[in-house]
Amino acid sequence: MTRKTAAHVGVVIVSHSTKVAEGAADMVRQMVGDTVPLAFTGGNADGGLGTDVAAILAAIDRAWTPAGVVILVDLGGAETNSEMAVEMLDEKRRGRVAVCNAPIVEGAVIAATEASGGSSLETVKRMAEELSPQ
Amino acid sequence: MDEAVRKRLIEAMARVVIAHAEELTELDRQIGDGDHGLNMKRGFEAVLESLPATAAKPLPEALKGVGTTLVMKVGGASGPLYGTFFLALGKTMPDTPTAAALAEAFAAAVEAVKARGKSQAGQKTMLDVLVPVAAVLSAGGEGLGPRVRAEALAAAEATRPMKAIRGRASFLGERSIGHLDPGARSSALMIAAVCDAIGA
Repeated sequence: MTRKTAAHVGVVIVSHSTKVAEGAADMVRQMVGDTVPLAFTGGNADGGLGTDVAAILAAIDRAWTPAGVVILVDLGGAETNSEMAVEMLDEKRRGRVAVCNAPIVEGAVIAATEASGGSSLETVKRMAEELSPQ
Repeated sequence: MDEAVRKRLIEAMARVVIAHAEELTELDRQIGDGDHGLNMKRGFEAVLESLPATAAKPLPEALKGVGTTLVMKVGGASGPLYGTFFLALGKTMPDTPTAAALAEAFAAAVEAVKARGKSQAGQKTMLDVLVPVAAVLSAGGEGLGPRVRAEALAAAEATRPMKAIRGRASFLGERSIGHLDPGARSSALMIAAVCDAIGA
């Protein structure tokens, strides 16, 4: 479901639940279309609720563009595992991936909307985070 | 350090986590999301599977191997937290550590966990065990093993009256008070198991 477009920042959705991740991705697709590379992952390696670093790395890969990738997460472990995954990327990619401090569904939709207009990684992240309760 | 010792130490940690998986999950059910024991068990079963290959490597690489396995297999937040601990430990630890080198490597690993979890001691987490144990190791002196062991277990127990500020338990606020922190308990169990395995 990923169409790669060099000019657009990619969006990765990481939830504890595959259903939540997939549902959020469906909403992004319907509201924003498919100009933005989008990937989602949810669940642990056994298929239960949780997050999986290897699956997050694979999702970053699917959504990768030279413009970078933003990651939207739900609860604590999704954030910690996403940050771990970013650190495990090679040096060139590491600086082009940002974990956003934003609500997962709203953040993903706003980030994708912003990315579809060709905004930079920094702008996409900032717009998504403006939705975060302070 | 020879291969048999490395194998014994890593196996001791894995076995104690697996043996206490139900207890850790029950603690986590009280104030978290009830997956700590299961997640840690999954991670350490993978560590046991690769133990022959891991223990054959020098200590720094063996520790990094354990860290990578935990990062990839545990699933919950404890995966990257414990994974980061072992990766950082392996980065600083020489193959045959003196007490001073162990203290230094342990302290570096604790700092890495603080950075990964954006946390510090006093927030009802594994750091409430790791930080005081690092202090005992740094102070050094006679009978270090038994003192480390006692400190770890007592420090975990001391998380009971704390209010959680980081981690899933922080969602409960005041209601987290009165419960032992599962991450502090798993840290204490592993540290005590290593002390026992060294014969300290």
